[in-house]
Amino acid sequence: MTVQDVIQVILFFALLIGLTPILGNYMYKVFTGNKHIMLPLFGWLEKITYKLTGVNSDEETNWKSYTFGLLMFNLVGLVFVFLIQVIQVYLPLNPAHLPNVSWHSAFNTSVSFMTNTNWQGYAGETTLSYFVQMVGLTVQNFVSAATGIAVLIALIKGISRKTTDKLGNFWVDLTRSTLYVLLPLSILFAIVLVGQGVIQNFKTYETVQTLQGTQQVIPMGPAASQIAIKQLGTNGGGFFNANSSHPLENPTPFSNFLEMLAILLIPAALTYTYGKMVGSIRQGWTIFTAMLILLVIGLSISLYAEYSSNPIFGHLPLMEGKETRFGITNSVLWSTSTSAASNGSVNAMHDSLSPIAGMVAMVNIMLGEIIFGGVGAGLYGMLIFIILTVFIAGLMVGRTPEYLGKKIEAFEVQMALVAILAPNIIILLFSAWASVCTSGLSSLNNSGSHGLSEILYAYASAAGNNGSAFAGLNANTVFYNLTIGFGMLIGRFGVIIPVMAIAGSMAKKKITPPSSGTFHTDNWLFIGLLIAIILIVGGLTHFPALSLGPIAEHLLLNLKI
Amino acid sequence: MKTLITSLKIFLFFTVLTGVIYPLFVTGIAQLLFPNKANGSLIIKDNKAIGSELIGQQFDSSIYFTSRPSAISYNPLPSGGSNYGLTNIKLKNLVVERKHKFITFNRLDSLTVVPSEMLFASASGLDPHTSPSAALLQVDRIAKARGFDSSQKQQLIDLIQSKTEEMQFGLLGEPRINILNLNIALDKLDQNITNNK
Repeated sequence: MTVQDVIQVILFFALLIGLTPILGNYMYKVFTGNKHIMLPLFGWLEKITYKLTGVNSDEETNWKSYTFGLLMFNLVGLVFVFLIQVIQVYLPLNPAHLPNVSWHSAFNTSVSFMTNTNWQGYAGETTLSYFVQMVGLTVQNFVSAATGIAVLIALIKGISRKTTDKLGNFWVDLTRSTLYVLLPLSILFAIVLVGQGVIQNFKTYETVQTLQGTQQVIPMGPAASQIAIKQLGTNGGGFFNANSSHPLENPTPFSNFLEMLAILLIPAALTYTYGKMVGSIRQGWTIFTAMLILLVIGLSISLYAEYSSNPIFGHLPLMEGKETRFGITNSVLWSTSTSAASNGSVNAMHDSLSPIAGMVAMVNIMLGEIIFGGVGAGLYGMLIFIILTVFIAGLMVGRTPEYLGKKIEAFEVQMALVAILAPNIIILLFSAWASVCTSGLSSLNNSGSHGLSEILYAYASAAGNNGSAFAGLNANTVFYNLTIGFGMLIGRFGVIIPVMAIAGSMAKKKITPPSSGTFHTDNWLFIGLLIAIILIVGGLTHFPALSLGPIAEHLLLNLKI
Repeated sequence: MKTLITSLKIFLFFTVLTGVIYPLFVTGIAQLLFPNKANGSLIIKDNKAIGSELIGQQFDSSIYFTSRPSAISYNPLPSGGSNYGLTNIKLKNLVVERKHKFITFNRLDSLTVVPSEMLFASASGLDPHTSPSAALLQVDRIAKARGFDSSQKQQLIDLIQSKTEEMQFGLLGEPRINILNLNIALDKLDQNITNNK
């Protein structure tokens, strides 16, 4: 690593920390209905939304109606995206004359984008028309991110309100996230990206005669508008197969820096929004700090692994699956961020990362996508771990556990465990299944322990709603499309439903004022405990599988067998 | 039932807003402000597109600077890398083979350290760049293939220097050189030399 590499990393974190209170404060105003700068610009649009759709924005609902609305809305999106894929030849904007998508791939892709996963079993430029990318996928990029934020806002209301069953209005939270947060940021970001060279057009693919006299077909399309939201909304689904390593998707170091920052921007800022909404900015920074520490640990290990020499390739910089303009540091900073944040876009091929750097990406996902995590999803996932930590701390000192004046009782802990176990069970069971059946093994691109890593990564990515891959695995088969599709559904709603139940139960409770015996959740001791709980739960669950995958491969690489 | 109808209406509304109006609006602004970039940074010669500045092309002829290895041979439909893990024997064999090929093709000393991007395939398979040092190692071979004398060879070295892109804003990314741009400039240089004769 050079000094310039270190400067880029520091600059990245400095900007992330600096932007967190600014955007966080803005989102606080948006979600609490205060005046904010976007109201004069988009306020009329919010009114029109409610008018056209007949939503009563003053009506508040309990957790069950809130969740039911959310599930219905997501179901509608799922069905729509599925349908337009299987009939895309009859729809407009298909200049490359791409055929209809197979039913299992269409199922997988529609689940994938609806659940904010953006796992891609298909290759964008050779599978989907501009119509499907735009009217189907871009929309899901927005609303799946907005759904995550809505769940978080409901949970925060559950924590900060007392003796009520009202958690707000799903349609209002959905609309505000989209209109005031995601849309303005995306417009701005998309235009900056085009300025760097990302394409945005509706032209047919361009056939060129290369300098050496062969033909090359250059894909086209409305890419920038989709890339902006896929980075900001922790979606991650590339317009092209190579995702953000594709030069038309991420042409320069500057576009790369911004796309990387966009991965973590909203999830980080939401911690500040949280602090403001529960009445203690310090609580927000506590969570931010715990997340940042976990991210920096992972990044340091990855960088160390990538810059280490090994007996097979000696001191050769490991540029397989990496782009010259990004080099190793920017590829690893991206791989760590995208896996921590449940984004899943890539600017380097994770399959070709050194075993330990690949494992860090995998572990970031397996810990539950709570190191900043998905927009909304990361923080509500982290709050689940906070409940667990408070509970365990309460057991240790023999007091009734409390969080922000709310008693944590059996129901909350049960629901928290469901939310933690659901994705983990999917990872372990499906990986075990795929590694013993022919339809699972025949898709592998690498053999041995690295092959197991490909399978583990796929199901971790699905259950964590991340979407990145060890992409050598040929996942566009009936077996993988269905199991991964199912895994994504469990990973999303197996967490959302218990979280909403916790929100509903917490809202009904009284708030006890803090006393001398109150266990504080805004200091370094708590940060340490929280990190320990996260690592112990993740470690106990996944260490055995990891030792057969990436750890075994690391040993093979260094023993030169 | 009421929830389903509300869902349908809201969904329709956001589909129009974020799926139609938003991309069209961005396209409008993009085409207005950056028409060339929005349309793929195409390089036009004699009214015909000969490539995109951002998309690498396969170069293996002795009169051109070589591009990086590509798992898809620079055919962008679809893009992608090899996805070989580091312990995959195929990767090790490829690296040995590419190193041998680069050294013999450019008639280099067998102990030359070949820049690693020339031994490993890129992520997109379309990487338009290599490091400037990889280009410098090819000067002798190209000068010979094009029949350049020593002063013309110096012009070639100057060309590499002038086409080298430093870190963006002196801060971000890696120093690099765009091989397609370089080879177009090389053809032009050769043309000028021939015309002057």
